[in-house]
Amino acid sequence: MKVDPLGTVPVTIRHLGDSALTVEFGDRIEPAILGRVLALDALLGRLALRGVVETVPSYRALLVVVDPEAVDLAALRQRLEALAASALPEQCRARKWELPVVYGDGHGEDLEVVAARCGMPVADYAALHCARDYTVAMIGFLPGFCYLSGLDPRLAVPRRETPRACIQPSTISVGGVQTAIGSVAGPSGWHAIGRTPVRPFDPGREPAFLFAPGDRIRLVPVSAADWPALDTEAQTGGTVARLVSE
Amino acid sequence: MMVVLEVLACASGASVQDLGRSGYRRFGVAAAGAMDHDSLVRANLLVGNPPGAAALELALAGARLRVLGGAVSLAVAGPGAGLTLGNRCQAPHASAVARDGEEIRVSPGREGVYAYLAVAGGITTPVVLGSRAVHLRSGIGGRPLRPGDRLPCEDGEVRVLRRLPPEGTRADLPLRIVLGPQADRFAPDVLAHFAASCWRVEPRFDRMALSLAGPPVPAVGGHDIVSDGVMPGSIQIPGNAQPLILLRDCQTTGGYPKIASVISADLDALAQCRPGTMLRFAVVTPEEACRAARDRAERKRALKAAAEREHATQDPRFLLSNNLIGGVTDGTD
Repeated sequence: MKVDPLGTVPVTIRHLGDSALTVEFGDRIEPAILGRVLALDALLGRLALRGVVETVPSYRALLVVVDPEAVDLAALRQRLEALAASALPEQCRARKWELPVVYGDGHGEDLEVVAARCGMPVADYAALHCARDYTVAMIGFLPGFCYLSGLDPRLAVPRRETPRACIQPSTISVGGVQTAIGSVAGPSGWHAIGRTPVRPFDPGREPAFLFAPGDRIRLVPVSAADWPALDTEAQTGGTVARLVSE
Repeated sequence: MMVVLEVLACASGASVQDLGRSGYRRFGVAAAGAMDHDSLVRANLLVGNPPGAAALELALAGARLRVLGGAVSLAVAGPGAGLTLGNRCQAPHASAVARDGEEIRVSPGREGVYAYLAVAGGITTPVVLGSRAVHLRSGIGGRPLRPGDRLPCEDGEVRVLRRLPPEGTRADLPLRIVLGPQADRFAPDVLAHFAASCWRVEPRFDRMALSLAGPPVPAVGGHDIVSDGVMPGSIQIPGNAQPLILLRDCQTTGGYPKIASVISADLDALAQCRPGTMLRFAVVTPEEACRAARDRAERKRALKAAAEREHATQDPRFLLSNNLIGGVTDGTD
């Protein structure tokens, strides 16, 4: 373990057998920690170190997948320690997107229950949910499923006791202190509060994945009446999401 | 002329697999790929394919297929798997030529789970995100096979006939693991007991994970961590305090503490463990795990060289002179 000169959070490097290393910046969901994960991710993307195959950012750690036949683990570990200490968050480089979202109204069956549990009217819950910019912290669980960082703590609600076997593609959901943009249909233990016509993953589109870890996301509420037109546009290959800044 | 493999009968676990995809884990895309890489490579080498060509993977069951559009050489690999062309039972560890229209039967072995049928030229289903591997949960690369499916194969009329020495068995050896990344969430005596215990492979298994049953492995401070990246081989300990070993189709992130990881060189052996198998672990260092990976790669190169030496004696004149071009012998005569 090594004390990080830039903050109080110690950086720890751990092994996943011979196939990956994980660089841990902490054990909490916290914007400052995520910023450092994404900074190291961007740095490794530029450096293309020998033996490194790919990287997987998450809220507090960066997974560095290696080729065990080609890697010198001790040397890579040392290099990662140095890089982890020097990689600084670069907020200005992030892409920024605007996504239309219909809250409830036939798109997000748990919105009423969730708002009631948080002690506020549905309209307030939706307004607070789209009032802040989010950061794509991690893509996982299913292809293109975006875990967002930045949920207002007032909107947190424990996960569903009974997970659903399948929820609609592109569902906006809340689970605990996290919120997410769904991609393809799949099981979920989170609460469905809305839906975007945007397809984060479309294997037939170039690019197949719209969002990348580190992207900034602004959710823009639209009325259920706008859904059919937006959904048709997305279905025919339109991105619907608006890239505000590169 | 395009050769097609038509599926006449198969069980639920049949799918097209190669060595899987990489570079998309950051977008939540699993590696997928053959559960037993070594067996896939062996089947491919037997028919003269690149080691990672797409082939048919079968789980715990055989299959019947028919070759359409030409004669083509085929091979199976996987513990005890057998190949029958028409009514001709083929010798193991060798490829054979199937005639146009002939029925192919692959029989499962008495041991192991996964078997592979490779066809000369390889299966040419569409490449999605760099691979033909089918990921069952997301549908990337396609879906499991059903009777009636027709699999396109690269330019048929390929008749490579090869033989390889039988694969070594390591069924009795322990699975090598590296402790961590969250080994520190377990008390020292719990960790020691985990590493030394005998574990039974549970009946519930698929391409994503394999559950083990044995003594409880309680985590200090609960079984939830902030989700982070996971890999095939990661041994998670969820709330029931029993190990869950992630396999090739596993998701890319997870929120359970990972007590240890099965090393890459032992993932094939792990995948071939049937329900009921009793497993033991042996703890190694990450450096030892990398050495094992390099040794395995060396063995693979030697196998490829052996297959290619065999190929040198199988040029067209040789085949003609041995009456093999007509596909009437099985390469073991």
